[in-house]
Amino acid sequence: MIRVQREDFDPGREIARLTEGRRDIGGVVSFVGLVRDMAGDAKIGAMTLEHYPGMTEKQLAAIDAEANRRWPLAASLVIHRYGRLEPGDRIVLVATASPHRDAAFDASRFLIDWLKTRAPFWKLEETPRGAEWVEAKASDDIAAARWRKKPDAAE
Amino acid sequence: MKVLYFAWLRTRIGKPEDAIELPKGVGDVRGLIDHLRGLGPGYDQALKDLKTVRVAVNHEYVGFDHRLKPTDEVALFPPVTGG
Repeated sequence: MIRVQREDFDPGREIARLTEGRRDIGGVVSFVGLVRDMAGDAKIGAMTLEHYPGMTEKQLAAIDAEANRRWPLAASLVIHRYGRLEPGDRIVLVATASPHRDAAFDASRFLIDWLKTRAPFWKLEETPRGAEWVEAKASDDIAAARWRKKPDAAE
Repeated sequence: MKVLYFAWLRTRIGKPEDAIELPKGVGDVRGLIDHLRGLGPGYDQALKDLKTVRVAVNHEYVGFDHRLKPTDEVALFPPVTGG
């Protein structure tokens, strides 16, 4: 399941809802991305996340479907916010649930790595030098690339 | 054809979208971008380095050789930075 929203989310409540009434889930792995107050050497006052409505939902759904194809997940959830956010604010939640922990750990890592390079979001940071668009990181491409080959765990 | 711009492509071009009539002889994304670069200095500056431009047609990523149809929604944007 995926959601794109301006509003904040409550990770505890989201995880509880994901597993409610289920008896087949052995574990849930969650990742919560937050706004950091530093980018390189610049202090960040706030950031604005722009996205491409329509494509964002389609790409996140495709990434979520791919995770469910590769790993035996009992449930999965991706929430991504957009709009103006301040340091400490939550940006993204990835939660994966499965009967056994390995699938949940691997799928959560896959989801966050892939959405960083495929979901159409762009960050505009407010720094003392003025507003600056965040540049894509080569390290994110490398992190995503290792998932291009189907891992053994998914066979 | 609807053409959308995001992030610094949008700020350099100065607007979020255009309605473009595909000129005769323009069949793919590369041709569309060449055409757009002729529309003004903002377009030219935003689109001159294709290494920093990503393309989606109808919400799916495509390459610069992708063939275009008049009804397509094309989006041009920098590499994404979500998550």
